Amino acid sequence: MAFSMQVMAQEKIEITEADYQNTRVEMADVMRSEGKIYVLVGIIAIVFAGIVVYIINTDKKVSRLEKLLQE
Amino acid sequence: MRASWWKILTIALLAYTLTAGLLLDVPRLPILNETIRALHFHVTMWFGMIIMLVVAVVYSVKFLRSNDLKHDDLAIEFTNAAILFGVLGIVTGMLWAKFTWGDYWSGDPKQNASAIGLLMYFAYLVLRNSLTDVHQRARIGAVYSIFAFAAFIPLIFVLPRLTDSLHPGNGGNPGFNAYDLDSKLRLVFYPAIIGWTLLGTWISSVRVRLRRAERKIEDKLINQVS
Repeated sequence: MAFSMQVMAQEKIEITEADYQNTRVEMADVMRSEGKIYVLVGIIAIVFAGIVVYIINTDKKVSRLEKLLQE
Repeated sequence: MRASWWKILTIALLAYTLTAGLLLDVPRLPILNETIRALHFHVTMWFGMIIMLVVAVVYSVKFLRSNDLKHDDLAIEFTNAAILFGVLGIVTGMLWAKFTWGDYWSGDPKQNASAIGLLMYFAYLVLRNSLTDVHQRARIGAVYSIFAFAAFIPLIFVLPRLTDSLHPGNGGNPGFNAYDLDSKLRLVFYPAIIGWTLLGTWISSVRVRLRRAERKIEDKLINQVS
């Protein structure tokens, strides 16, 4: 019993082309067809851009501090 | 900005991950549904964590061989960033579990093992902070870090696979792992791993530089007095 459970745990399920067409599985199709997904992508892109600007600024500040210490 | 080519690569890879990860076609699998996209955000946290822990182990070994605190700076800061990724990984996992398994924490082998793994690394921070001598702290920290990593890998990868875990990819649940990962998912998944890991590296490198600047200031102050 313990052995068969171990064997089962090692089984792998292959993803096939049929999995891409399987409309019985519910996905966010309506949201995508309405184009609202792009709003979401836009929001996430703006947040990411803000964080990137902040990291770059911090990086530059550290560079300035290092220069100051070398003098 | 110092050595900026890989920082630009970080931004490009993550911008690609965030957009393509949400927009590209994914396989339609029961249970997972649209949350299969967590592969690019949740699973990559753990991959990033492990890569950064490997770097930390390498620098721990380097420190033990050389006794140069410069290596210890890298070891501690890479571990710090790795712990951040681990916490994000476990919290995102809990959110997903709430909607998929019905509870934030259901004591699944994968959840328990990752929690134990994280606690080991919290203990690493506590251990380091309880020592006042920097060289002693670095040496004991390095030895602990090597042993913690050796325990972390079987906890995360081996033990949950030996029992019936509900986690995707374990116990015959729909999911994916290194052997059957879908080629379209891989198109985002691999760049995502590199992107997130580089982001962690960036954060670590900035903090390493701050640490070294701090030490320089301290050294100057000590030299002034004597």
